[in-house]
Amino acid sequence: MASDRAELPPTGQVYAARSRVEILEFFRQKEALVFTLIFPSMLLLIFGAVLNFELAPGLTFVQYFMAGMVASGVLASGFQNLAITIAIERSEGRLKRLSGTPMPKSAYFVGKIVQVIVVGVATIALLFVVGVVVYGVDLPSTAAKWATLVWVTLLGLAACSLLGIAFSSAIKNGKSAPAIVTPIALVLQFTSGVFFVFTDLPDWMQNFAAIFPLKWLTQGMRAAFLPDSFAAQEAAGSFELGRVALVLGAWTIAGMVLSILVFRWRDRADG
Amino acid sequence: MRVREAELMATESPDLDYEPATSTTPQTDVAISVRGLRKTYGDHEAVAGVDLDIARGEIFALLGPNGAGKTTTVEILEGYRRRDAGEVSVLGVDPAKADARWKSQIGIVLQGKGGDSELTVAETVRVQASYFADPRPVEEVVGLVGLTEKLKARASSLSGGQQRRLDVALGIVGRPRLLFLDEPTTGFDPEARRQFWELIRQLRALGTTMLLTTHYLDEAEALADRVGVIAAGRIVEVAVPAELGGRHLAPARVRWVEDGRQREETTATPTAVIQELSKHLGGEIPELSVLRPSLEDIYLQMIEEPA
Repeated sequence: MASDRAELPPTGQVYAARSRVEILEFFRQKEALVFTLIFPSMLLLIFGAVLNFELAPGLTFVQYFMAGMVASGVLASGFQNLAITIAIERSEGRLKRLSGTPMPKSAYFVGKIVQVIVVGVATIALLFVVGVVVYGVDLPSTAAKWATLVWVTLLGLAACSLLGIAFSSAIKNGKSAPAIVTPIALVLQFTSGVFFVFTDLPDWMQNFAAIFPLKWLTQGMRAAFLPDSFAAQEAAGSFELGRVALVLGAWTIAGMVLSILVFRWRDRADG
Repeated sequence: MRVREAELMATESPDLDYEPATSTTPQTDVAISVRGLRKTYGDHEAVAGVDLDIARGEIFALLGPNGAGKTTTVEILEGYRRRDAGEVSVLGVDPAKADARWKSQIGIVLQGKGGDSELTVAETVRVQASYFADPRPVEEVVGLVGLTEKLKARASSLSGGQQRRLDVALGIVGRPRLLFLDEPTTGFDPEARRQFWELIRQLRALGTTMLLTTHYLDEAEALADRVGVIAAGRIVEVAVPAELGGRHLAPARVRWVEDGRQREETTATPTAVIQELSKHLGGEIPELSVLRPSLEDIYLQMIEEPA
């Protein structure tokens, strides 16, 4: 029979097919569109109107908040998006069905990574439009600051995605995934200097947030969006970009190890 | 019967490339071979020594109540579960060591629905086809399951029966030599089930071996070459549907109406009884019927007896 001799399709082709359907599915899901893609811009719009005070001479809080929202967008695209959708796909048996096909297992993750990058870039682009058009937010002013924005975004997406993949395995029932994941993101946002100026937070809260990636992601984004003169007002007296890279890198490795250890293709109820 | 279906194929789906069920591999006549299969969950022995042989091109129905070890057995054959003991060979390969090449020759239709996808029917089938070595054309598969009009519809907008047919399309798009169907028609209306049976017969005409589990005994009777009954983790009997449990040898009940009253006689020779009656009643026998135990009667009897 033909199937005896026929070669399996090239892996690259399967990667492309998976990436395509992951992107299509994301942009067709109203919940995903609203909560991941649009929510950060909505918050920017609302909080920007309320908290448009001057943080330092010539610097509004909206500019500070922009950095926090871009970081939150990275968290939403990677962590919330993947933790929720993978938990649902697992509960619905879609992962089990995939694992019964000859699809290379890596293709599933490549599809998710491509989706996360597309969603992350779209979320940030929407934030740029709202920030610039509505509040006259300044985009990064130098090539070096753009470079900071790019590497912090990519490293942040890597860390958040891998943590999202790993965390999805902790959710027993896909239906409850949004209710479990969303509060985690909210607590991190409140304690990591997204909604409030980080140095205004009590020490214990600052120390708590410093364990998790969002604090460092937000700090890295401030290095891209705020003038260098503001660095003196940071907790450490600088944006600590080296430490940002180190912590996000460590979380990326931890996320990868955890994902390999705990990722399951089948629902726990399925034995 | 096979000839009739082959003709049917030729008239209804001329674009299907017919592949005779021949192979040059040495295990040409055996698709599935199981010896002494065991699987234990905690202290519960779900599969307690199953032996099974399924020939290439055969449709085999595995019947059994919930919790009898049906799904566990099938999922071991599909490569989803590990076994505790026994020998298993599926298309000449141990499923526990199966690779993508082996999976490319297998089609799996799992129980239940596969979730609400926002992809269209065409997109869903196309991405599934992209995993396989020698897939069927997307339009052909969608046509086979009768969803041509739904090609551009979102999978999430399909009715339960249509989603199930989409599941079947995903199971057969890779041109499997062996197709697993786990309760494929649960939730179908009678019309949809008849259509589904026709699809299964078309696949049989293409040489696809099928292992079917079902709760519908009429379905097993209509489709299967042989049925196996599993109870308490063991195969109780394997037979052609008409002979399961000695059904063809069981005494018949002849029923008729005489003097306004229902009469019944149990006999091993119903023809002689009817001849006798006809003579006695002067020709036509009012409300005559000859009853044999149905597959369901036999099956219920079998699973009640401790295995």
